[in-house]
Amino acid sequence: MEAFAKLVDKLYFTSSNLAKSAILRDYLRTTPTPDKGWAIAAIAGTLNFDLFKRKLIKDLVSARVDPVLFDLSYDYVGEMSETVAHLWPTPSSKEDKKTSKQLPSLDELVNSFKHSNKQQVEEILVELLDRMTADQRWALIKLGTRGLRIGLSARLLKKVLAEYANELSQNSVTTEDIERVWHGVEPPYLDLFDWLEGKADKPDVSKKITFQPVMLAHPIGPHELTQINSQCWQAEWKYDGIRVQLVCNENGKALFSRTGDDISGSFPDLLENIDENNISGVFDGELLAMKEKQINSFNQLQQRLNKNKPSKKLMQEIPVGMMLYDALFIDGIDLRGQVLRQRVLTLTDWFKKQSIQPPLIKLLRLSEPLRFNNLRELHALRDQANTSNNGFIEGLMLKNSNSLYVAGRPKGQWYKWKRDAKLVDAVIMYAQRGHGKRSSFYSDYTFGCWQDDKLLPIGKAYSGFTDDELKQIDKWVRNNTIGRFGPVKEVKKELVFEVAFDSVHHSKRHKSGVALRFPRIHRIRWDKPASEADLLTTLILMVEE
Amino acid sequence: MQHPRYWINSNENGLYCEALDAYIDPINPVHRAIITHGHADHARPGHGEVYATPETMAIMRIRYGDNHAEKQIELNYSDNISLRNGSLMFKPAGHILGSAQAVIDHSDHRLILSGDYKRSHDPSCAAFEVTQCDVFVSEATFGLPVFKHPPINQEVNKLLASLALFPERCHLVGVYALGKCQRVILALRELGYHKPIYMHGALLKLCELYSSYGITLGDIIPVTEVENLKSLAGEIVLAPPSALNDRWSRKLPSVMTAMASGWMQIRARSKQRKAELPLIISDHCDWPELLQTLKQVNPQEVWVTHGREAALVHQAQLMGYQAKALSLIGRSDGDDDE
Repeated sequence: MEAFAKLVDKLYFTSSNLAKSAILRDYLRTTPTPDKGWAIAAIAGTLNFDLFKRKLIKDLVSARVDPVLFDLSYDYVGEMSETVAHLWPTPSSKEDKKTSKQLPSLDELVNSFKHSNKQQVEEILVELLDRMTADQRWALIKLGTRGLRIGLSARLLKKVLAEYANELSQNSVTTEDIERVWHGVEPPYLDLFDWLEGKADKPDVSKKITFQPVMLAHPIGPHELTQINSQCWQAEWKYDGIRVQLVCNENGKALFSRTGDDISGSFPDLLENIDENNISGVFDGELLAMKEKQINSFNQLQQRLNKNKPSKKLMQEIPVGMMLYDALFIDGIDLRGQVLRQRVLTLTDWFKKQSIQPPLIKLLRLSEPLRFNNLRELHALRDQANTSNNGFIEGLMLKNSNSLYVAGRPKGQWYKWKRDAKLVDAVIMYAQRGHGKRSSFYSDYTFGCWQDDKLLPIGKAYSGFTDDELKQIDKWVRNNTIGRFGPVKEVKKELVFEVAFDSVHHSKRHKSGVALRFPRIHRIRWDKPASEADLLTTLILMVEE
Repeated sequence: MQHPRYWINSNENGLYCEALDAYIDPINPVHRAIITHGHADHARPGHGEVYATPETMAIMRIRYGDNHAEKQIELNYSDNISLRNGSLMFKPAGHILGSAQAVIDHSDHRLILSGDYKRSHDPSCAAFEVTQCDVFVSEATFGLPVFKHPPINQEVNKLLASLALFPERCHLVGVYALGKCQRVILALRELGYHKPIYMHGALLKLCELYSSYGITLGDIIPVTEVENLKSLAGEIVLAPPSALNDRWSRKLPSVMTAMASGWMQIRARSKQRKAELPLIISDHCDWPELLQTLKQVNPQEVWVTHGREAALVHQAQLMGYQAKALSLIGRSDGDDDE
């Protein structure tokens, strides 16, 4: 545990990826299994405890610290685990014992949490927090609150693991190799490390129902656009749902989100109609609200999201389906090494065959390539996306016909060409401090539009501005505060933001009656008087459907 | 008209004491100013009369020239002077060289405006003196229970350990020119570091001033006098925080950036400063020191200024004191300066 606390502390304060890699590899070399496997799980966010959770920590600290002081501290520090790490009162009798007794290893810790009831987990935590330093407490609490947020991405982690393997053994392991087995192995990753360290073969994950990392697109720029031609590029609608992966073979079936979370439980109506005894493959596509193969808007789909056990009624009202984009495997054959053109042929053939037996895949559709002969026609398609108001097309996808299926976001292969953002001038009304690296800056803003002579809040945004702009707005907020509600500052209704957003919908949850999709600050209009910001009615006219 | 609330108020110039007809640390030029210490957010030029300790007055002359105020009245610690209907005395505040608490007596009531102060070890200035009073006005720069500053030796040892671990890297330490700089040097010397310490030009004058008051800083060399900058590998260079990520620092060899400030305790703050080696060194009270001071001074009432007032007011009330926040215009939350 001491070594792990030092590791996360060092990683947090190191900014260069090269240095991070060196620190992590050094830790892996000097730490035994299974400890290092648990550490990797903690960094990757795959370590999960049933009883040791954020809520428990909050309860424990509430019993020890004045609630007003806790809230003020949390608001200031901007991070739960660090706030508790500093606030935890050290019992005076244990002050000198602190150094004498060693902390448990990560493995001991994980096991004692696993085999304890709620009461015991509490006791273990209190005993540890009492004799730890603030830095160690921070690391411990982060284990339970999941997601270390120490600036080491999932991708970088796998890159470092590959570098670690190549340092140790003759085998050359690529990041891609690790990506492909990653979702088939589990903490503390004994089989993974045996392979990386040259002691065993690569873990076989082919028969498992596991997620395969997806291929992502870059936004297209004006320069890239000129290189698009109809011979080498395939255009498709960019559907507005959630990107999913359907995995299905004789051992089972599952639906994963683009980050690999198993979301099967949220969409039993979709999986029910897939027969795993007849369908075998890994399919990439978009989950959409879909009734009898008729697609509905994202706004409808939204009611189905984040519901672990949807009610029958909800499933009947808003059924879902999947638009197939691509296939990674079909009938046990790995297609990822083939070019897109070939994969599309294979997928289309397969889809036609399946369609002869309709009950099996009632809810699947195939995303068809769009015809275009030249750039002018491509622009026309984008204009069509721009003016469409069906609520489920958010632009165009442009894919290189010769692209292999590569995990991550490879350069020059796939592009997304989104619709033009919509804009509205709104007045900042409230501000709140940010979290993480924006701790202490007022970076979360609520803004509103006019209805008669009153402003009604229409949304919140915390992105779109540069670091310098953030500093300017932060200063403005501090100098123009007129009220305080807990952590929220009310400001003078004087500053106008040009807010960009993807679309606007009716919403019963908001007083203004509308909700924006992905609002972000587009420009700060220091020059514009608040009275000239937009009216709520202007926004209502922009609602689709 | 006895209780201080009748003869202390604040306006656009800052805190005004009617009994003495004087402002305390005003932000605009006024006819009469009492200055608690030399930091720029407390000491400003252009006043008619200035009352300050001799050290503070010397600092103001360095920063603003010999004619920073028409009349400069120096008052030693514990000396008394009568002004209008009351009297003024300075007591050491332990913040930086010359820093003082302003003790104001008027019609059987005593108010102490502590200015910025701290209670931890600092050989570069006189230690805070506990003085009884009716109303104690406290700062709250680090007025949250998350702030517990470790002993300075522990932090300076971190710097020395890093120097031993990375002897090829130039250790650039960000320090505020007045107070922090000299305190860090003294701590290094106390821990047996006797090599020359290199310095950004902006820090030199105030170090000379400290030396003239008998505070021995050892061998100091301006970076401008170093012929081969490569030779600074493995050495300690002090610079103002603004120079850390500036062009100036790019000419130094393989820089390890350290920053000495009380804010470094909060991780995100250190990251925002791009400090690889955060040193938690503060010239203000941390939370336990604030509480200790309230208990020892034991006033009837606590007023809290600049910083995180809400938490300290709440805590003082929990401790049984009458307490309120005194918001002053023009004082930042103290988020960046010290």
